[in-house]
Amino acid sequence: MIEFQGVSKVFDDGTRAVDDFTLVLPSHKTTVFVGSSGSGKTTLLRMINRMVDPTGGRILIDGEDIARLDPVRLRRRIGYVLQAAGLLPHRTVVDNIATVPRLNGVPRAQARAAARELLGTVGLEESLAMRYPNQLSGGQQQRVGVARALAADPNVLLMDEPFGAVDPIVRAELQQELNRLQRELGKTIVFVTHDIDEAFLLADQVVILKTGGVVAQVGTPGQILSEPAEDFVASFIGADAGKRQLYLQHRQGDGDVTLVVDGDGRPTGVLAGSPAAPGADPR
Amino acid sequence: MSWTLDNLDLVAELTLSHIRLSVVPIVLSFVIAVPLGWVANRNPTLRAVTISAGSLLYTIPSLPLFVILPYILGTRVLSEVNVLVALTIYGVAVMVRSAADALASVDKDTRQAATAVGYSSWTRFWRVELPLAGPVLLAGLRVVSVSTIALVSVGAIIGSRNLGYLFLNGRQRNNLEEILIGIVASILIALLFDVILVALGRVLMPWQTTAPLRLLARQPSPPRQRGGASWSSSSAR
Repeated sequence: MIEFQGVSKVFDDGTRAVDDFTLVLPSHKTTVFVGSSGSGKTTLLRMINRMVDPTGGRILIDGEDIARLDPVRLRRRIGYVLQAAGLLPHRTVVDNIATVPRLNGVPRAQARAAARELLGTVGLEESLAMRYPNQLSGGQQQRVGVARALAADPNVLLMDEPFGAVDPIVRAELQQELNRLQRELGKTIVFVTHDIDEAFLLADQVVILKTGGVVAQVGTPGQILSEPAEDFVASFIGADAGKRQLYLQHRQGDGDVTLVVDGDGRPTGVLAGSPAAPGADPR
Repeated sequence: MSWTLDNLDLVAELTLSHIRLSVVPIVLSFVIAVPLGWVANRNPTLRAVTISAGSLLYTIPSLPLFVILPYILGTRVLSEVNVLVALTIYGVAVMVRSAADALASVDKDTRQAATAVGYSSWTRFWRVELPLAGPVLLAGLRVVSVSTIALVSVGAIIGSRNLGYLFLNGRQRNNLEEILIGIVASILIALLFDVILVALGRVLMPWQTTAPLRLLARQPSPPRQRGGASWSSSSAR
């Protein structure tokens, strides 16, 4: 469990990134911070592993005030996945994955063997083990980044817009994979994104942030969709533009399919149970 | 060629000593310049001071430096130490700028990623920043190598035994062949050192010579390799 207690951050130049932020991030759940740039979401994330120190308030992990912990030790206990993976370009895939265990003093052969096993966990072939990061695709790099974050088996996983730099198809794949991993591993995940759909897809708890690290709403995706707390949230999730209001549209003479369309009449899917087999299309 | 054939032993002896007198300053200037380069990157003032000091050192004329050093160091006038110290000073002067640039060339995001996963600043320097600064450091070291090998000869004027002796002696005797053989031997040493440095770079920085993905992905055109790629792209049709 991660607790923010009245946390503030004012940077040296006077920018107030986070203002009196209080929140509990439950263990084994995924909490997603979502907001546009300047909302302090990345600052909040980086305060958890002390890449940024708060100027006010405190942060507890499992009841322990992290300000009293050595930052380097703390970071080795927390998995971290960055945008564009943040892999070390001079290390092979296995050695990148083995980074944290190696820093913790695990013998090289043992750390590498464990790293090879993790390749499978994140859905990569073992043949990639000896490649360098520049020989991988963006999606593969991102998987290696996740494997590296998991290597020391941390309880907490921080993910800073990890899928922001890959194309939409790969991103959807990685999101599904993350959900699968999370079902298997049950980590306490803190995920930062500016993409509300990504947030709804991954989160147990969504935190919508406004400029300056002010919380607009906290809740499950269901709560936020059904009761947006204010106009800002409604506009942020696209509810005011009709994107979140779905209607059923019965299509006659077209195999009796019931379409689901949004407020603008754009189809978003097909109602389950309605005869929608593509082969049944009379044309 | 008669002079050369008659004096092969001398040429060989001078060449070996020339190599020895070059290796020490090259290694020392690298070892001294890297920490100075690190210091230079702490803040802009330190950078200005370090880089200017380096440039100033390089403007000291070599001959007076060779002559003065015994008085400063308290060494004998004919001591080899004078030559080694003087050449190290010039080496550092050149190398400190390269070292500062090399360490500054390390990608900021990579550095931050290293910190975020739990490198202390000490281990990060040795295992991340120094290796990634490697290519620029190597470029600087190649310059130092060539300039040191050239400068060693000046030491002959204060009695150092190296290929410079052939220049002095050849001039006194009006023996063009002797001078030429000195030049050829110097160039050969410089080439040899350069080859060794580049080879060392290949061995120590294997990630530099692997083919990036985009070169492999470009199917229709023949794959282009950055020299000696250990990971062949021949599978690309």
